[in-house]
Amino acid sequence: MNYNERLSNVAVLGAAGKMGSGIVLLTVIEMANRCLIEGKDPCEASLHAIDVSPSALNGLMKYLRTQVLKSAEKSTIQLRKWYSGNPALIENEEIINRYVMDVLSVVKPSTRMEAAWDAYVIFEAVSENPDLKVKLFSSINEHNPNQPWFLTNTSSIPIGELNKKAGLNGNIIGLHYYNPPAIQKLLEIITPAEINPHLVEFANQLAGNLQKTVVHANDVAGFIGNGFFMRDILFAVNETMRLTKEMSLPQALYVVDKVSRDYLVRPMGIFQLSDYVGIDVCVFIMAVMNERLTGENVQCSLFEQLMKQEVMGGQFADGNQKDGIFKYIKGQIVAVYDLNTKQYIELKAIADVGDSFLGPMPASWQPWKLAIKSRTREIMLQQYFDELKQMQTTGAVLAKAYAINAKQIGQQLVRNGVAHKTDDVNTVMTTGFFHAFGPVNDYL
Amino acid sequence: MKKMRKRVFLTAGYNTISMGTGRKEFNPKKQMPGLEHYLKQAGQASIAAIGGAHLIDECVVGNFMASRFNKQAHLGAFMPMIDEGLRYKPAVSTEGACASGGLALLIGMRSVLAETADMVLVIGVEVQNTVKAIYGADILAGAGWYSKRKEGHAYFFPGQFSNRAGAYFEKYGRDYARKGFAKWFAIAIENARLCPTAQEYENTVEDLEKLALTEPNPMFFTDHLTVFDCSKVSDGASSIVVASEEGLKKAGISLSETVEITGWSQLEEDITHEPDDLTIMSTMAEATKQALNTAGITINDLSTIETHDCFTIAGILSVEAIGFAKPGEGPTFVAEGHTSRNGKIPFNTTGGLIGWGHPTGASGVHMAVTIWEQMTAKAGKAQIEIPADRPYGMSINMGGDDKSLVAIVYRKPVH
Repeated sequence: MNYNERLSNVAVLGAAGKMGSGIVLLTVIEMANRCLIEGKDPCEASLHAIDVSPSALNGLMKYLRTQVLKSAEKSTIQLRKWYSGNPALIENEEIINRYVMDVLSVVKPSTRMEAAWDAYVIFEAVSENPDLKVKLFSSINEHNPNQPWFLTNTSSIPIGELNKKAGLNGNIIGLHYYNPPAIQKLLEIITPAEINPHLVEFANQLAGNLQKTVVHANDVAGFIGNGFFMRDILFAVNETMRLTKEMSLPQALYVVDKVSRDYLVRPMGIFQLSDYVGIDVCVFIMAVMNERLTGENVQCSLFEQLMKQEVMGGQFADGNQKDGIFKYIKGQIVAVYDLNTKQYIELKAIADVGDSFLGPMPASWQPWKLAIKSRTREIMLQQYFDELKQMQTTGAVLAKAYAINAKQIGQQLVRNGVAHKTDDVNTVMTTGFFHAFGPVNDYL
Repeated sequence: MKKMRKRVFLTAGYNTISMGTGRKEFNPKKQMPGLEHYLKQAGQASIAAIGGAHLIDECVVGNFMASRFNKQAHLGAFMPMIDEGLRYKPAVSTEGACASGGLALLIGMRSVLAETADMVLVIGVEVQNTVKAIYGADILAGAGWYSKRKEGHAYFFPGQFSNRAGAYFEKYGRDYARKGFAKWFAIAIENARLCPTAQEYENTVEDLEKLALTEPNPMFFTDHLTVFDCSKVSDGASSIVVASEEGLKKAGISLSETVEITGWSQLEEDITHEPDDLTIMSTMAEATKQALNTAGITINDLSTIETHDCFTIAGILSVEAIGFAKPGEGPTFVAEGHTSRNGKIPFNTTGGLIGWGHPTGASGVHMAVTIWEQMTAKAGKAQIEIPADRPYGMSINMGGDDKSLVAIVYRKPVH
């Protein structure tokens, strides 16, 4: 069975979720395009979009219509070639509308797992719960006569473990998309020790066709992305708790978030990013890692306490940020949560005190937005870090410690055999997390 | 064409802003002003300048595709909306693709020549930013032969002129020609920066020629042209009053406030025919020749030209069609700066279609307004010198790919 045949019948589990809907979008476009390139009617292909929530599936179809339309409007030059044989389709608008219809006709939404029983390829994007994943995989594998291939979007659970527990005989691979999958270029591919080599080939071809930046990670809990991110959180929380000896917790959260955002030239501070991902999601991922990694304590009691108080972050269905460690208005931080009073404290007063505590920013500092656009980014960053090195303000001291720790996390990922090389860690952080520079560098 | 039986003048010109990408006020996500806004703004300005709508005998509106961009036809009936004084007066609309504005001027002139009107208000208007560019391309493709749409490029007209550019590259050399294109673009933007209504007025790019030399990417656009080779997608209107001597007298307008039309031509080429030679715009060449002949002058008498540079290649080909450069030598003529505001013959002094903007149905009128401004010293920072021994200007307005042409010769009036 070749690549195109494989893609003729696909199921996506958790299709209406944040990650699932993006994976459906990318996959269905790829499926329809393969048909059109071969001169076939895309209707011959099926993507079973499976989710427990019928209303979320309605939302998925709406999302797909908008996104496929956008994609078609950007690729009309190509579409005109594919539809050149149909004399009834003349104007761009007619061709675009036909394409949207053709792509959407591939998607079959369903709330029943049985829909996956005749698929050749199964993408999985359900919640980060090992037992649930194993249960779904083994049940489908049992009922599906095609010996289907499983491509899981887990961001932390070892693939080998899922393979073994669900009895998949090496027919599973990790395809860790970043959020949102349709926009994020990075794709972490995780190949366990026991794996069907044809599946690896398939995954690589798919990643290539989707024009993803691929990083191959080894099958160690957390992989590269979360392996870095979770340890970065742990360091940040430790720093925060240390600072609470001289200031309140909200004050310390603000300070560490600012150091990790502004001084480290990142798009978001570490706690804002935790809110973006979801405090609960971070706690689940840490639990998965903690159970599987020996000699390392991957646990964060601050986050666990926040979760108990239902301070969770994450996003609303429309993509807006929910309140978490910070309170947001139109995506901007306006207040900081106080664990003791269970109230948000306005940012202004905290920021004034925090900023004077940190001291002035280095003169050569530029915010992330400008840094990533700079054509002389490396020179600019070197100047900035040279200046930072000389400074002894509290902000500079905290920033240097933060950067050094980030570098150590990166090196440790290679030493522990998670990443093949430090460049891979840097690629994940610059591509998947949009950092202006990789953590493993010689700036300091 | 027979000799003009009486003198015809233009006065009270007005251009709205050319709205679209490039202007800070432009926000495609918000509801932007529509046809009514532009018609009113331009029409009312011209009416105020002549002293009231009671002096207007007729109106003509030039427009290409409001029927699709705005789902609105029947534009003549908008004239009384501009001013109540136009109620129960004649008004027609003209359509000839991007030459619609030029045709509107001609209809106005004919009424004056026919002595059925002494003052005709001529407005050109187009509001194109109502749809995304990929759909706008469908609408503008109406200027070509629909039977060829299927085989055409997604961006139909950029595709047509990309083919012209490709043929030109093959004949005369790619780098050589692209240097000319880049200079054309740079001059257009530099001129637009001097004109507050221009779409590129706020352009701050330092190295314009380098930007224009960005390599074309056929995956996203055409084979041989980039977006910098193209005119803008614009919303805007231009208006002007066509008047007889009697009309001017009635309104108390002195000749120094006018330009006189001394020659013109309007001709058509078969829309179903492919050009004989992609490297030549033969209809444009014929139109300029006829207009200059009726005016009884040569290109050496011209002090400025407004030409239809819907694409850089069209600008270069027009330099050759008018006769300032031999075939293949247009890029040199432009690259040496002869078409710049200080050159031998300044072209498109407020930026033309690439710099000022291209609200398609308005462009023909905009050209006339620009020449009127230059000849009456109203061009502000964009003002060029009009030498006394070369008191003539010319506009060349084109519809489709060298299919409909309106060429007009203007002169500073002699008392």
